[in-house]
Amino acid sequence: MYSLRLIFKNAMRHKLRTGLTVLGLVVAIFSFGLLQTVVDAWYAGSEGASNTTLITRNKTSLVFPLPLSYQARIRAVPGVTGVGYANWFQGVYKDPKNFFAQFAVSGESYLNIYPDYLLPAEERAAFLHDRKGCIVGRKLADQYGFKVGDTIPLKGTIYPGNWELVVRGIYDGRQSSTNTATLFFHWDYVNETVKKIMPRRANQIGVYVVQINQPENAASISAAVDKEFANSLAETLTETEKAFQLGFVSMSEAIVMAIRVVSFVVIIIIAAVMANTMAMSARERLGEYATLKALGFGPAFLALMIFGESMLLALVGAAIGIAILFPFAAFLGKVMGTMFPVFQVSQLTVLLQVVAALTIGAMAAIAPTIRAVRINIVDGLRSIG
Amino acid sequence: MKIPLSYVARNLWARRLTTALTGAGLALVVFVFATVLMLDEGLRNTMVTTGEYDNVVLVRRGAETEVQSGIDRMQANIVASHPAIARDAAGQPWLSKETVVLISLIKRDSDQPSNVIIRGIAPHALTLRPQVKLTAGRMFHPGASEIIAGASIARRFNGAGIGEKIRFGQREWTVVGLYDAGNSGFDSEIWGDADQLMPAFRRNAYSAMVLRLADSRQFDQFKQDIENDPRLTIDAKREQTFYSDQSKALSTFISVLGLILSVIFSIGAMIGATITMYASVANRVGEIGTLSALGFQRRSILAAFLSESMLLAVVGGALGLACASMMQFISFSTTNFQSFSELAFGFRLTAAIIVKTLLFSLAMGGIGGFLPALRAARMPIVDALRAA
Repeated sequence: MYSLRLIFKNAMRHKLRTGLTVLGLVVAIFSFGLLQTVVDAWYAGSEGASNTTLITRNKTSLVFPLPLSYQARIRAVPGVTGVGYANWFQGVYKDPKNFFAQFAVSGESYLNIYPDYLLPAEERAAFLHDRKGCIVGRKLADQYGFKVGDTIPLKGTIYPGNWELVVRGIYDGRQSSTNTATLFFHWDYVNETVKKIMPRRANQIGVYVVQINQPENAASISAAVDKEFANSLAETLTETEKAFQLGFVSMSEAIVMAIRVVSFVVIIIIAAVMANTMAMSARERLGEYATLKALGFGPAFLALMIFGESMLLALVGAAIGIAILFPFAAFLGKVMGTMFPVFQVSQLTVLLQVVAALTIGAMAAIAPTIRAVRINIVDGLRSIG
Repeated sequence: MKIPLSYVARNLWARRLTTALTGAGLALVVFVFATVLMLDEGLRNTMVTTGEYDNVVLVRRGAETEVQSGIDRMQANIVASHPAIARDAAGQPWLSKETVVLISLIKRDSDQPSNVIIRGIAPHALTLRPQVKLTAGRMFHPGASEIIAGASIARRFNGAGIGEKIRFGQREWTVVGLYDAGNSGFDSEIWGDADQLMPAFRRNAYSAMVLRLADSRQFDQFKQDIENDPRLTIDAKREQTFYSDQSKALSTFISVLGLILSVIFSIGAMIGATITMYASVANRVGEIGTLSALGFQRRSILAAFLSESMLLAVVGGALGLACASMMQFISFSTTNFQSFSELAFGFRLTAAIIVKTLLFSLAMGGIGGFLPALRAARMPIVDALRAA
């Protein structure tokens, strides 16, 4: 017990230095957690993906459509329990800066595949009955102030023209990690208009969303769907929704990699600061270490003193860093809005923060401990710090 | 009287381990700061050199990228007859009707798919983009299933090397040549004959048109004519603006992320510098007292400690900058959010970035060293001498 008190007293000897070191640790642990959370936000789409959902797209690339007629043929593949479809719309709401995802979807068959979108029954019915209706996620509605009954004007980029959609419902996510920053409306509405102005582009589907009976059958059903359309004009590529989402992440993997590297660099920087503090403290106290040795305390006790102090600083810094990360992440999630639909601190991140702090604390204590343990009593007593 | 700089420098040398640790921390911060600036500069440079100022790009009204756009043959012919367009020796309008689509190719190193732009061009496309030069092989023959690939695509994607084959549109396409587009966005594309690619993709309409005006100053008039023509649903933009607009989101993302990182990191580094300088002051109380007793003014002592901290920061900064300059040999590639296709760009070090970085490290040293230097300067002579 008295050794704990001694550690604490030692740490408080240079209040300013200790304070600055802890502040440095707070900054490091906080920013490490923040960067990890940004990386997690990147992967959020694939984390939330159900393992009984497959995505079928054109094999050449996502910009090529598939014919509407494929729906019935996919439905007939054994093991498939539902088929919906969706087209990426990419309309501009007032200004190109207001980016959020918009999908023209197949109505009921689509909503049935995604039970994680919670929509009151009457709003769901109102949406399904109104061809120009749309539903928006809670996060999206909060950001732009959309209410049921509002009209959302969109300027088409892929589908030319001005589109007016009426909000018929606002959905919530079943889990806190469910993406609620997307607008869904009726594919039929797009298709009718396209039929009139660009008949060649009518009856085309961006991706089919395929629900299957057993997750274990994903590989065989994917192969069966792709085989169905092999050597046709529009060959397909079917993969699990998770793999599909991970494909998007891997497109910007260079950025994700860079953020990851940087989050470790910040730890290294603070490890250097911390090592410096401990080295300075130990240098100043060489005389005391020699005195302790002369009194009969062994090297283990000196090691305990130095490691204890280092760990104490690291853990206090980590605790404060973790504590301020949560409110800040919540704030940032609000500000970034639909840019990162899901922005949450995961348990793994907190665990990593603690591990990082312990590592910093331990690393910083190594060199001073070796020095203190090796010091010759006579030299130590002679040293004036 | 001023305290000589050599005294300051030797002080740093006397505490080598501490100096090295603090300097390394500062160097890392400067390294991150500089690489982010370089990356942003590289991206901007790539997107600006992609477009020629004198060229005009036409896309369907409302479309932001060529991939989203579509121009049918009738509209393309109406545009081609505009008198402001430059003519070649044969009297033909100097323009290229192009088809631009994305195909998904597999990366050589990670086996992951990514979208690559494939551009079907007309013969004039090469004279409209003089920065594009064939570096290996030959040009594709019109009418053949042949393509040429940009340097950075050939290096990074399966099947895009010279002599290799890529399969799409129910055909095999042979890569017969490689081109270098001078670090522009075209380096991240594959080019082929528009008349071959359009039927392969079963497209009847072009994606976009690129043309040269006889007189570049006529652009505003030309734009007005095109956009007001009731037969056309087309937007006209200068090629340079068109491509730099496409990288705005990515560029903003990189600079905002970089700014946040730099701020957070510099706080860490400044704390490191402050701790070091406080220790340096605390260890030298007697020395400071002696300096005052010798008649050095407070101002000089303040300046000496402040310059010690700034010297430390500049050494660290120079080290960080040196490491960052190595990054110029590395190419960075990611998906551009706006065009949804792979884009390769480099880290680019400019004089402005060097100045900014060194100022940044000086500021870190100055701020970090100020409080300790103030403490040194304010120390009363008698107490200081007694403490020693």
